[in-house]
Amino acid sequence: MEFPEDYKYSKEHEWVLVEGEVATIGITDFAQDQLGDIVFVELPAVGDKVSKEDAFGVVESVKAVSDIYAPVSGKVLEVNDDLPENPEMLNEDAYGDGWIIKIEMSDPDELNDLMTAVEYEQYVAEEKE
Amino acid sequence: MKRTPLYAAHQALGARFVDFGGWEMPVQYSGIIEEHHAVRRRVGLFDVSHMGEIELRGPHAVAACQNLTVNDLSRLRDGQAQYSLLCRPNGGVVDDIMVHRFSSERLLLCVNAANIEKDFAWISEHRDAAEAINRSDEFAQLALQGPHATAVLRTVTRLDLGGIPPFAFVEGLVAGRSVLAAHTGYTGEDGWEIYSRPEDATALWDALLEAGAGVGIKPAGLGARDTLRLERALPLYGHELTDETTPIEAGLSWVVRFNKGTFMGRDVLVRQKERGVARRLVGLVLTEPGIARQGYDILDGGNVVGHITSGSKSPTLGKAIGLGYVASAWQEVGTALSIDIRGRAVGAEVVQLPFYRR
Repeated sequence: MEFPEDYKYSKEHEWVLVEGEVATIGITDFAQDQLGDIVFVELPAVGDKVSKEDAFGVVESVKAVSDIYAPVSGKVLEVNDDLPENPEMLNEDAYGDGWIIKIEMSDPDELNDLMTAVEYEQYVAEEKE
Repeated sequence: MKRTPLYAAHQALGARFVDFGGWEMPVQYSGIIEEHHAVRRRVGLFDVSHMGEIELRGPHAVAACQNLTVNDLSRLRDGQAQYSLLCRPNGGVVDDIMVHRFSSERLLLCVNAANIEKDFAWISEHRDAAEAINRSDEFAQLALQGPHATAVLRTVTRLDLGGIPPFAFVEGLVAGRSVLAAHTGYTGEDGWEIYSRPEDATALWDALLEAGAGVGIKPAGLGARDTLRLERALPLYGHELTDETTPIEAGLSWVVRFNKGTFMGRDVLVRQKERGVARRLVGLVLTEPGIARQGYDILDGGNVVGHITSGSKSPTLGKAIGLGYVASAWQEVGTALSIDIRGRAVGAEVVQLPFYRR
C-alpha cells in the first residue's frame, strides 16, 4: 500500500496534490484496492463547481457503486478524459495516470483539514481493524 | 455470521469476504475480472459450501417431489440431476434447486443458502408421506468450473468422468475422499460440483488447486460467480426469482412440465402460459456509458416500464449488461429503452438471452 509523502488525504480516501492554486484530485491506493476492479467512472464537466465533502463523481467496480467526494472546494479546470475509456487506470496507477480532476481552489485553507501521508496511513490502519 | 470449513484456506489466499445470506464468503481473491476470465478460458475453483442440501426419503419421495417441484421427475433416472423450482400455489418461486436422484426412494435437493430454513419448512409442510431431512450441515461443496475442469478433476480421481454426461453425477473417491461429483455448474462453462463431508473440504480444495496449477487454475469468489452466471443469464434467487415472481415471468417455462400431472402452482402457471403474463424478464445491453444495477428503473421515454434485477459490466463482452422485468409490451428483442442511472436516462436495448454461450 502506497502513501506518497507530498500528497494530502481525506477521510473519504481521496488524495490532493497541490501546485499553486491548482489541486489535482484522485482516489487513494487503499480506495482502489477496496473497490476492486473499476469498470466505470462518471466525471464532472470542466467549469463545474465542487464543494468540499460533496460528491462530484462516481466510480463503479464490478460489484459496487461509490461516490467520489471533493476534498477541497473549487472550480473544475480539467478532467482526466482517458478515464472513461480506461477506468482500470484507477487500479493500476491511482496516484499518477489515474488522477481524476484538477480544480482551481476557492479556499486553500481547506487543505489544513486534510491528513498528511503519515496521518492517513495511520487512519487506514485503524479502518482496516 | 456462518463460515464454511474453508474459511481459513480463503484467508490464507488473501480473500476479501462479504456477507452473503448470513454467510461470510470470499467475494474475490486476485480480482473479479481475472477470476472471471480464468473460468471462461481455463478453470476456476469456488467454495459453495454455503449451499443447502435437503433429502427426501422413503417410498413416497418421488411422488412428494413431483408435487413440490415444477419439472418432471419421471424423466430423471438414478444418478441424474435436474434443475427445478419449488413453487407456491400462486406460482411464486420459493427457490430454484437442483434435484439429484440416487434411487426412487432417495432424492437430494441442493438449495440456495439464504433459503435453507424457508425451503425446509416449506418442504416439511408439503412432503406428504415422504421423509424430509435437512442435511445442509453434513456437506461442503466445491465447484470446479471451466474448459479444463474435467481434465483437472481426472488427475485426482479414478472415476470414469467421460461416462458421466452433463446433469449426471457419481459417488466415489476424489483425492482419496468420498464425494458426490455432479457434472453441473452455474457459470456457463463445463464443470463439476463436488459434495463432500465438511472435514474433507480443505484436503479437496488443496488437491484441486494443486492439480490445476499447471493449467493456471484460480480460486474464484462470489463476485466472479455472479458475473459468470449473469452472462449466461442464469437466474439468481433474490434477484430474478422471488416469492413474488413466477417461472413464466422469469422465462423459465422450459422448466415447467405441465403434462406431468398436478403439482403446486400448476393452475396459475397454466393460465399464465396460455394467456400470457403482464411482465417478463428480459436481457438488456446498455448502448450508452453506464452500468445498470439491481433496483434501477427501466424507462420508455418518461414512463417507468420495469426494473433491473441484476446488472454489471460483462468481462467477456466488455459491455454493460443487465436482466430486468419489463411490462410485456416492451419484451421484444430490439426494443429501445433506457435505464434511470442516478437521474440520467441511459440508452439500452432488449437482446436475446443468454448474453454469452460457450
